[in-house]
Amino acid sequence: MAGAMTAIPQAEVKKRANIEVLRTLEQEKEVVFDTQNLNLWYGEKHALRDINLDIHEEEVTAIIGPSGCGKSTYLKTLNRMVELVPSVRTTGVIQYKGKSIFDKSLRVEELRTQVGMVFQKPNPFPKSIYENIAYGPKIHGIRNKMILDEIVEKSLRGAYIWDEVKDRLHDNAYGLSGGQQQRLCIARCLAIEPDVILMDEPTSALDPKSTLKVEELIRELKKDYAIVIVTHNMQQASRISDRTAFFLDGEVVEYDRTDVIFNEPTDQRTEDYINGRFG
Amino acid sequence: MRTNNEPVHVQELISKKKQSKNLFLKFEKAIPIILFLIASVSVFTTIGIIYTLFSETIEFFKQVSVVEFFTGTVLKPLSQDPKFGVLPLIMGTLTSTVIAMLVAAPIGLMTAIYLSEFASERIRKTFKPLLEILAGIPTIVYGFFAFTFVTPLLKHVIPGLETTNILSPGIVMGIMIIPMIASLSEDAMSSVPNAMREGALALGATKLEVATRVVIPAAFSGIVASFVLAISRAIGETMIVTIASGSSKNFTFDLTQSMQTMTAYIVEVTGGDAPAGSTIYYSLYAVAMTLFVFTLLMNLFARYVARKFKEEY
Amino acid sequence: MKYVDAVQVQKRMNFRLIVNTIAKIIFFLSTVFGLVVLGILIYRVFSDGIGWINMDFLTGKLSTDPEKAGILGAILGTLWLMVVVAPVTMFFGVGTAIYLELYAKKGKLRSFIQTNIANLAGVPSIVYGILGMTVFVRALDMGNIVLAGGLTMSLLILPITIVASQEAIRAVPNHLGEASYGLGATKWQTIKNIILPAALPGILTGAILSLSRAIGETAPLVVIGIPALLIPFPGSIFDKFTVLPMQIYYWTLDSSLVEEYAYLASATIIILLLVLLLLNTTAIIIRNKFQKRY
Ligand SMILES: Nc1ncnc2c1ncn2[C@@H]1O[C@H](COP(=O)(O)OP(=O)(O)OP(=O)(O)O)[C@@H](O)[C@H]1O
Ligand SMILES: [Mg+2]
Repeated sequence: MAGAMTAIPQAEVKKRANIEVLRTLEQEKEVVFDTQNLNLWYGEKHALRDINLDIHEEEVTAIIGPSGCGKSTYLKTLNRMVELVPSVRTTGVIQYKGKSIFDKSLRVEELRTQVGMVFQKPNPFPKSIYENIAYGPKIHGIRNKMILDEIVEKSLRGAYIWDEVKDRLHDNAYGLSGGQQQRLCIARCLAIEPDVILMDEPTSALDPKSTLKVEELIRELKKDYAIVIVTHNMQQASRISDRTAFFLDGEVVEYDRTDVIFNEPTDQRTEDYINGRFG
Repeated sequence: MRTNNEPVHVQELISKKKQSKNLFLKFEKAIPIILFLIASVSVFTTIGIIYTLFSETIEFFKQVSVVEFFTGTVLKPLSQDPKFGVLPLIMGTLTSTVIAMLVAAPIGLMTAIYLSEFASERIRKTFKPLLEILAGIPTIVYGFFAFTFVTPLLKHVIPGLETTNILSPGIVMGIMIIPMIASLSEDAMSSVPNAMREGALALGATKLEVATRVVIPAAFSGIVASFVLAISRAIGETMIVTIASGSSKNFTFDLTQSMQTMTAYIVEVTGGDAPAGSTIYYSLYAVAMTLFVFTLLMNLFARYVARKFKEEY
Repeated sequence: MKYVDAVQVQKRMNFRLIVNTIAKIIFFLSTVFGLVVLGILIYRVFSDGIGWINMDFLTGKLSTDPEKAGILGAILGTLWLMVVVAPVTMFFGVGTAIYLELYAKKGKLRSFIQTNIANLAGVPSIVYGILGMTVFVRALDMGNIVLAGGLTMSLLILPITIVASQEAIRAVPNHLGEASYGLGATKWQTIKNIILPAALPGILTGAILSLSRAIGETAPLVVIGIPALLIPFPGSIFDKFTVLPMQIYYWTLDSSLVEEYAYLASATIIILLLVLLLLNTTAIIIRNKFQKRY
């Protein structure tokens, strides 16, 4: 990968990047998550330091960085899942659509209904495929069978898995392959129609073929959702994301359009990491 | 399908349901409190036990001196001139416990060694459930067994054996606690890291040498804990001794005679419908308190030893 | 000159191997010992008792005449006892386990409750009997009815039920709960819909095993004062009652007076063991059928 990139003449890269920047300035998408000076501690451990990041609508934002740099922590802060760890303490501001997510009047459950999450390991519930999808709507009080049927079909179609499972909706979800399970989990997330989908290394437990399917799906989903994806796979980040943030030791080293990050990073550490020189 | 073809908007539906949610949220807030109250039942049980035993024991010691109770070798609650020495009962309890441990400790330990060091996986998988069955047999059945089978059998060997005696229930109690010692000791031995075994085996040690020189020393505190727990279990065991050892309050070392344990005394007194308020009635609590303290100390000690054992790896 | 004399080592080695083999045989015999006793016990009980089991025995009333005696009363008593013990111990056992595993913060309070439960598990059953007699039978003036016995037994098996439920809840992987929280579910919704259903097989297995403990226990009921008299069949939890182990107890005690009572005791033991076997098999089936799939 590094070889392929160096093959492009430096001047050419610069020109392309400039065009790119100009284009994006015209059509900057609306900001859904606005993070300002976010700090987070696990007990004494300072896991996130002064994070400033904007997540935009209808875009895929990739978060890359070496293991333990705080990617998952940041992602879980966005839907406040990180608070499941009792020792966590945060300072700073995260605004979701202009409102602080730490505001007392906003309940975490409400936030999480609008900000969905897909996990590293496929984690369907030990229930039927149908019940997995219907779970979210049901806990939010939707009980009408016909509406649920419709939501289930729509979500499964949305995750491009409908055709594979439509004849076995009432079978246990554990009968599905790993890749299918992960798309089922994405469908489960779609069922409550969130605005943002957070994905923590969603393909790291999948084989290449299932990975491509999920990537394809992510590209489709970004038409309707803001997507934040953590990945260790550089090619994946460059293939599917619009913006990339490079984390290191709990800090954002660099955050920019993906092509800028990959072709013309300003920070030496970013370049080193992308070219596999450390991490 | 629904009649109108409007697409479903889930988030809209969800926000419509919000009203009914508020009631649910109040409920949600109450749950930890409800669960805490439920959890406190176990604490109240302990308080209940200690309070009942303690308050009635104090009543008892208003009528009988502490010194007489703990040093008296005569227990005659029903005589004209009642005597309330607890030593005969302690004697009976300790004797039956010692007999039980003489049976259970070696056999249980050897069983544990066999299962952990010698047996193949298949044998282990067959034997462990069988031992669990042995552990799951109600004690009343063991009592029956001691009284109707072991005692007559022992009479052939020891002609002077009385129909109720301390030996037979002691042995049967030992058999009853074999699985306990075996399984707890086996757990301790199995958690000795394999690397330690391999080190010795690589030097040409036999399995027996590995067991006695490596595994047992390493698992020592776990084994001790299993013995202590077994002792505590034997001290608290009731039905076997009640049935097979009778109710003579002998202060003796003669195993062929009937001896009464603390537990059997409690059974005798409660079965006899002692009137509440009488000295006999209160003596029940003093004995139970003694029993409770004995077993509690044993259990605390066993857990202390076992915890130390865990720290070793 | 060599420090290790090969011949000497060889000789010693042979000796050590022989000792090893002998030890192995002794250890094996020890292991078998318990099982042999188990075999004798079961054989004795069956050969003595099986001839006495028939329809009249199973459906008859207690009687001083061994030929006429039946144990329906004791069977019904055991069932009624379970009607109290099963729901009470499940409710408090699972509730406590949920509190300790999912709500209580790590700290002094939690470890205090946990230590307390561990200590309760080691308290002799007869002490629970005294508690039950003092509190339920006398202080609350219930008398020796099913409810009093059932509550006593519930307290007795509560510690083991709690610990088994805690293990079952702990075995539910975190990621299932996370998935539910991630969809905006509240804590209780997650517990009720995801964690408890996933833990249910483990909880049930543990509960059944503790119930079988309660079915076989005698000492607490003796202390509570279950009558040896011929009482009518219990029809509710407020009736006086007797249970299978109590019946075995009285018949064994009196077997020195009337020889046939020993056979009746054997026959009752067979029934008791069959009930326990049935329960344990159920528990094992549940455990195997719902073996973790996540
Ligand atoms: N529950 C926790 N308690 C204490 N420290 C934690 C906890 N979770 C994470 N950390 C620490 O916070 C830092 C960031 O962890 P995080 O999981 O966010 O890393 P990551 O970038 O997602 O790593 P990976 O690529 O391996 O998933 C790490 O140093 C980690 O040890
Ligand atoms: Mg991570």
